[in-house]
Amino acid sequence: MDKFIFGRYIPGDSWVHRMDPRSKMLLSFFFIFMIFFANNLLSYGLVFVVLFLAIMMARVSVGFLLKGLKPLLWLMVFTVLIQVFFGAGGEVYWSWWTLQITHDGLISAAFILLRFLAIIMMSTILTLTTKPLQIADGVESLLKPLKVIHFPVETLALMLSLALRFVPTLMDEAQKIMDAQRARGVDFGSGGIKQQVKTVVPLLIPLFMNAFNRAEDIATAMDARGYRDGKNRTKYRELIWQRRDTISSLIFVLSGIILFLIRN
Amino acid sequence: MPITFEKVDYSYQPNTPFEHQALQDINLTIADNSFTALIGHTGSGKSTLIQQMNALLKPSSGVVRVNNREIRPDTNNKDLKPLRKQVGMVFQFPENQLFEETVKKDIMFGPLNFGMSEAEAEEEAIRLITEVGLDESLLERSPFELSGGQMRRVAIAGVLASKPDILILDEPTSGLDPKGRQQIMDLVAHLHENEHKTIILVTHQMEDVTKYADRVIVMDGGRVAKTGTPKEIFNDVDWLKTHHLDLPKTTQFAATLQAQGFQFPEGLPLDEMALAQAISQQISPKGASDHG
Ligand SMILES: Nc1ncnc2c1ncn2[C@@H]1O[C@H](COP(=O)(O)OP(=O)(O)OP(=O)(O)O)[C@@H](O)[C@H]1O
Ligand SMILES: [Mg+2]
Repeated sequence: MDKFIFGRYIPGDSWVHRMDPRSKMLLSFFFIFMIFFANNLLSYGLVFVVLFLAIMMARVSVGFLLKGLKPLLWLMVFTVLIQVFFGAGGEVYWSWWTLQITHDGLISAAFILLRFLAIIMMSTILTLTTKPLQIADGVESLLKPLKVIHFPVETLALMLSLALRFVPTLMDEAQKIMDAQRARGVDFGSGGIKQQVKTVVPLLIPLFMNAFNRAEDIATAMDARGYRDGKNRTKYRELIWQRRDTISSLIFVLSGIILFLIRN
Repeated sequence: MPITFEKVDYSYQPNTPFEHQALQDINLTIADNSFTALIGHTGSGKSTLIQQMNALLKPSSGVVRVNNREIRPDTNNKDLKPLRKQVGMVFQFPENQLFEETVKKDIMFGPLNFGMSEAEAEEEAIRLITEVGLDESLLERSPFELSGGQMRRVAIAGVLASKPDILILDEPTSGLDPKGRQQIMDLVAHLHENEHKTIILVTHQMEDVTKYADRVIVMDGGRVAKTGTPKEIFNDVDWLKTHHLDLPKTTQFAATLQAQGFQFPEGLPLDEMALAQAISQQISPKGASDHG
């Protein structure tokens, strides 16, 4: 589990850490939206200026963020290669059968790579600086308007926060079970496909058994404390929109406007 | 062959903000056929230490040697099976490792992985189910129909089935009732005395340490704070206190008496017999007037 940086929270008290989760999520989406409108060097430059500003204000190290890219490395390599070999237009540098490397293909491959980097890094900043439960609270608050059409926002939010809360627990548990089975002679991740599939059983059965038992315990505990679905529950953690959220939003919107002015 | 640690360091999640050095400069020797108790405050690195002994974790620097097999930071993950066969590991709450349809199959799982024949593994399962104190009729039941204590014994049988020479147990009695605890400890003592297995027991039960162990390793903050016989360890009352460790009840009682003026020239007694003897010597008719 050591490599799992994407999607983990690091405690801190930077500007970004202290922002409202709602504004962080909205601005992340806005940023991704912005990226798709960038289409020349200047506009990509602007996108990365905004990104570096966010990195600085979140006080996370760039090296650490780059590590977060690792799990998605192959996806990036694959997409970029497809662009390199199948992208058409402009001067042709090399061609063989249906494959060709062209000027436009290279440019769009580079841009796609930049998009990937920017999107993943911004979402990593979001998850590194926001507690999972804050994300759940934020989602609930943002989805509230959907209550008008009887969408079960609260139930969804509860499911989300329970799920987020137990992801680390389940990962720990999986690690422990794997260790126990390794000690009993299981080789995870080696041998042929058939052997590897076989090693999944001694991991998954105990994991599911524990998860079901735990789910039952939680349900009982919630019942015992009188949890009822769909009542207008008050919040222990209130989300408060602060000045820093307004300032950040202004910066992002401003960058968005500039981007529209400088793109082709 | 003994187990030795030479300048072993270990860090969890190195090179991340979550990096945590859990072991620092560990130097140890654990002799064959010894019964070693590993004690220490919670988070002191006990579980991390024992996982070095079957290469579930590999040192960040330094060497671990088990039966002449070397484990170094760059040790290959392949062919660790012979090592893991020799070093049986009973984890905390081992009942979480059960998964087979029947108890028998689960006990046979380890031995079959280590290349034992089906017939031999089955023989072991039948022998072990009674050895761990369960009825043979349970062999064909699903492990998930058993009680927690029964499941734990099945799990222990599953580890013993591979016939390890070294048996490591991480708090094997936690969460059991007093009788269940006693039965597990009796089993461990039996394995030590009659089958001459090297035992390494991680525990918070100081009574078990004095009763069974011949050597104690005290961990504190990822370092070995002290090693010695139970007598040596438990006689340094103030030192134990500064390392957040309890005394066995008997020794605690004796220490209280000592503070009131009793004398224990042979050191604080570790069990009731020794305590009773020491007290009776001092409250003999002549001494009685001294202490009221
Ligand atoms: N997977 C992990 N990742 C990061 N840190 C860990 C991990 N496992 C343990 N640690 C840390 O390493 C230190 C030693 O942990 P370890 O489990 O070895 O302690 P312990 O002595 O067995 O404690 P206990 O008596 O509670 O079982 C602790 O500070 C713990 O927080
Ligand atoms: Mg432990």
